[in-house]
Order: sequence, then C-alpha cells, then structure tokens
Amino acid sequence: MEYLDFEKPIEELEAQLAKAQDLEKETETDMSKSVKELQERLESTKKDIYKKLSPWQKVQLSRHPQRPYTLAYIEAMTEGNFLELHGDRGVKDDKAMVGGWGMLNGEPVMFIGQQKGINTKMRQYRNFGMPNPEGYRKALRLMKMAEKFNRPVVSLIDTPGAFPGLEAEERGQGEAIARNIYEMSVLKVPIICVVIGEGASGGALGIGVGDRVLMLENTWYSVISPESCSSILWRSWDYKEQAADALKLTAPDMLKNKLIDGIIKEPLGGAHQKPQEMFEILKKELLKEITELKGKTIDKLIEKRLAKFAKMGAYK
Amino acid sequence: MGWFTRNKEGITTSTKDKKETPEGLWYKCKKCKVIVSVEDHGKNVWVCHNCGHHERINAREYFQLLFDEGKHTELNAKLSSGDPLKFEDTKKYTDRYQASVKKTGLNEAVSTAYGKLNNQDVVIGCMNFNFIGGSMGSVVGEKIARAIDHSLKYHKPFIMISKSGGARMMEAAFSLMQMAKTSSKLAQLGQKGIPYVSVLTDPTTGGVTASFAMLGDINIAEPGALIGFAGPRVVKETIGKDLPEGFQTSEFLLEHGFLDFISHRKDLKAKIGLFLTMTHSQPATEKSTKKK
Ligand SMILES: [Zn+2]
Repeated sequence: MEYLDFEKPIEELEAQLAKAQDLEKETETDMSKSVKELQERLESTKKDIYKKLSPWQKVQLSRHPQRPYTLAYIEAMTEGNFLELHGDRGVKDDKAMVGGWGMLNGEPVMFIGQQKGINTKMRQYRNFGMPNPEGYRKALRLMKMAEKFNRPVVSLIDTPGAFPGLEAEERGQGEAIARNIYEMSVLKVPIICVVIGEGASGGALGIGVGDRVLMLENTWYSVISPESCSSILWRSWDYKEQAADALKLTAPDMLKNKLIDGIIKEPLGGAHQKPQEMFEILKKELLKEITELKGKTIDKLIEKRLAKFAKMGAYK
Repeated sequence: MGWFTRNKEGITTSTKDKKETPEGLWYKCKKCKVIVSVEDHGKNVWVCHNCGHHERINAREYFQLLFDEGKHTELNAKLSSGDPLKFEDTKKYTDRYQASVKKTGLNEAVSTAYGKLNNQDVVIGCMNFNFIGGSMGSVVGEKIARAIDHSLKYHKPFIMISKSGGARMMEAAFSLMQMAKTSSKLAQLGQKGIPYVSVLTDPTTGGVTASFAMLGDINIAEPGALIGFAGPRVVKETIGKDLPEGFQTSEFLLEHGFLDFISHRKDLKAKIGLFLTMTHSQPATEKSTKKK
C-alpha cells in the first residue's frame, strides 16, 4: 500500500505492528499484549485521521494510485458479464472513455465512464483518463443505444478533465461535451451518474447529467482542479489547499449546495483499502436506484431531471 | 415594465468610456492602430474601416444592432449573484463583483431581452465581456434559462451572442452546473421546434463553448474571433510547441465543421432574419393577410 503524506502516522504504526509480529514469530515469545496495544492504537489513529479529512486530503485520496478505476468496478459488479463496446463510428476508439453492456444481478445496464491507467504504460494508453471529443461521442452513441433498447445508463465519472490538446480542439471538444449534456438532459431512459474519483469540470459533466448524481465519499467535483484554481486566482501553485477549501468540492459540500443527490460511503481510509467491499457497496446502491427509477414513467423522470438542473444556482 | 433605448444613445454610451480615445472623440484600432472618429466607428458597427477588426462590444450595442429601431424590453435586469460559496481568494468575490458593477455600469455578464428582429418576435441574450471576463456564474445561467423560458412560453426564436472566458471560478460547481441548466433548456426548445441561433464572438471559450454556444441550430461567428474549449495557452502547454497560425479562430472552426458560416457584424441581422424566415415565419400568404 502506498501512503499519502497525512497517512504517515498510520504507516509508522503498521510498520511497528509488523515488526512486533515478526519478532513474536522469530523469538517465540508472547508479545500479544503489545501487539494488541499497537492494533488498538492503529485503529484509533485511522479513525482520527480519516474522520476529519480536509478537502485537499480528500482530493489526494480521490487520486490515490491504488484506487479502483471504472473497468475494475464494472468487471466486479457484473461478475464478468460485461460486453465492452468500442468506437465513436467517426474518428477512432478513445481509450480514456470506456463503455458497454453489463449485467447487474440480472439487470442489463449500459455502462459508460472515463478510464485511468493502472501503471505508467497504461496511464499513457488511457491518456490519464482525459477523453478527446470522440470519447464523448462514443459515450453518446452508447447512451443512444441504451435509449433504443430501453435500458438504464450508469455513468462512472473519474477524470482530471477533458483533454486540452490540439486535435481535441480541431475535432470540437466543446461541441462534443455540449451535445452530450443536451442529449442526456432529455434521454428517455434512467441515468445514474457516480463520481468514483475525480470530477473535473466539463470533462466530468460531459457524462454527468442524470436522474441521480452521486459521489463516493472521498471524491471531488468542481469546475476546476484546486491546483489550477490556485495558479489562476492566487497566481501561484502553492495555494492548492486553500483553493480546495474555497471551491467546496467535497461530497458533503456538493450535497449541501444541492448540486448532487447523494453520497456513497467508502471503506475506512478510502475505496482502495477494501476494493471488494467498495464494489459491493456501489452495486447495492445502483440496484436500489435502478429499481426505484424504473418504477417511474419516463416523462415524469425527464420532467424531474430538467427541474433539478433548472434549480441549480444562487442569485438574488 | 421594460425600458426602451434609442439608436443614438447606444452609440454614444458605447464609446464614451474608451480609454484609448483621446477626449472620447477618436477610436484607435487595436489591431492596425488606424484612428477614426468615434462617430464613424459606431456607424461602421464598431468594425475598423481599415482592417475589418471587430471591436468587442456589449449587449447594449448588439441590441441596438439587432432589434428593430433598437427597441427591446430587458428581462430580469436586476438579478445578481448570491455568492453561494462565500468565495475568497486574494480578494472576496463580493468585492470583485461590486467593483465590476461599478466599473462597467452593468449588472452581470449577460443581458437578455425581447423585441422584434425584421418584424419577427425574438428573444436575444448577449454576454458582456468586461463584466468579470464574461464569465458564467449562477446569474448568467439563470438569466439565459429564463430567457429561453420566455421563448418557450411565447414560441419565439432564441438568439444567444456568446463572448466569454468560460466558467466563473468563484462560483465553482454552481458555475459548472449552469452548463447543464442552459443546455437542458435548449433541449426543451429543440423539442418544441423553436429555432435557436448561436452567435460566437471574440472570445468564446471554456464552459460557454462546451454548452450553449455550440448548440445552435445554426452557429454563426464574427470574423477572427477566438473560439475554443481549452484556452490557447493551455493547449500550447499540453502539446509543448507553438500553435499553428490561425488556430482556434472563427475561420479555423468553419474549416473544421463547427460553424455554419462567418458573418461580418453589419450583415448579422439580415442573415439571422433570413434564417428565421426560412424556419419560423408564418407561410407568406397568411403573413400578408395579417399585416395591416
Ligand atoms: Zn484596424
């Protein structure tokens, strides 16, 4: 396990604990008392740290290199009953955006989502989870297919942003995102969006309009990353913590501001600590939401979806 | 009720505050540096006589240009930001906001109004770039949404003139969600078969490009405008080399298929009018009986 800066006390205690357990084995002396003591200290330290994470620490957790990514969720939740589909039928297959049919406890679902790479080579291959326009168009193609066959859409959001490259501009990054937002707002099937990692700006919103928009506990969602916000407003990269505070980008803040519909709890310390548990939690939540949304007429659903986004804002 | 402005007033107010005009009588082109009288510049719809550079103008001027005799009724003029996040960086957002109101004499980065264009009822929204960079916060989203509601209610075509640096960072996710709010309203307009014309002017970037600006039944741009999703500096940093000549200009976007055409500002009204006649007017016979 890789440790983040604020997890150092946990790292130290875990090292001490491992040492004590090793010593116990080697010397065959009874150290159960100090082992137990260390375990208790470890548990309380974990609680202390993870129960009061700052916004910036949550941003760090959302980007933890061992955090599970979209395909890992889909594979686990569908128990391998997943038919991945490729291509936008125009330009190419965007590796930063994945999607396809998955079976969720007998419930056929269209999954879409940004995909990050799990190692250096794959990170390049997945373009760090930053889609090009064809990624958004691929996602739209799949959503339209879901609409055609009357199946719900599940969108898993995890991106540091839409790719700001030269070809992305040539092929209309802005238009691709705009079109998705437009189409998703009136798509005739239920849509559930879940931020599972980073929800950065238009790149996230491009697959983020739905009947339910949820965030995992240690994720962030905003118009800009804390680093970029710091560099623009403070004219320095050093104010990312303050920017993370100011942006109110955590799940509880987003819920409080009525910009999302709910928060999904993660295992203590983050999704990467117990991925299997995380997959089960999300699966249960998705099935619950799907059952609920399927019980409503599509006209009512779209009306509510439109009304929800129409209400977002603060003015006088 | 609404207020009406007259042609002459629009021209004088638009240019009286220009810093680069000595004694407010002369306008110096930002591009070619040629000097013309403010009056002539206004008569030429704020386009340089010499090089054709389209000066950035605000809603007030576009309303003069597009509405018949400049007559219009403004919608929701008083709406202002609620500072939902109590945002503070090196300055308080509320202070920045008040400073911008004071400096520009405007209430927000967008103005919306209804009136007639070539005798057809229309609703027009237009962004004011000098109000916090024409950035989109809650008020911009809400005013556009309400203008589209007016279009929906009275079945009037909607015209949006974009000119924006993108999202208003100080409203963070509230700003982001205005993309969804405006685009979903446009989807409703689309379902009703009511035309939507998007006019992209210099500059149109970020979240505005990635929402209503790119969603027109037709997308029109003024010549030489900067239009893109990512700003040119960001793209340059991403690719690590200089950008090609003309990258992210109106002409570039036309070439790549994202605009229907580019229009000189003086032809804008006629072209929009023609499009609306093609798509939204009553059949000719019916119309002639209705008139007079
Ligand atoms: Zn000139």
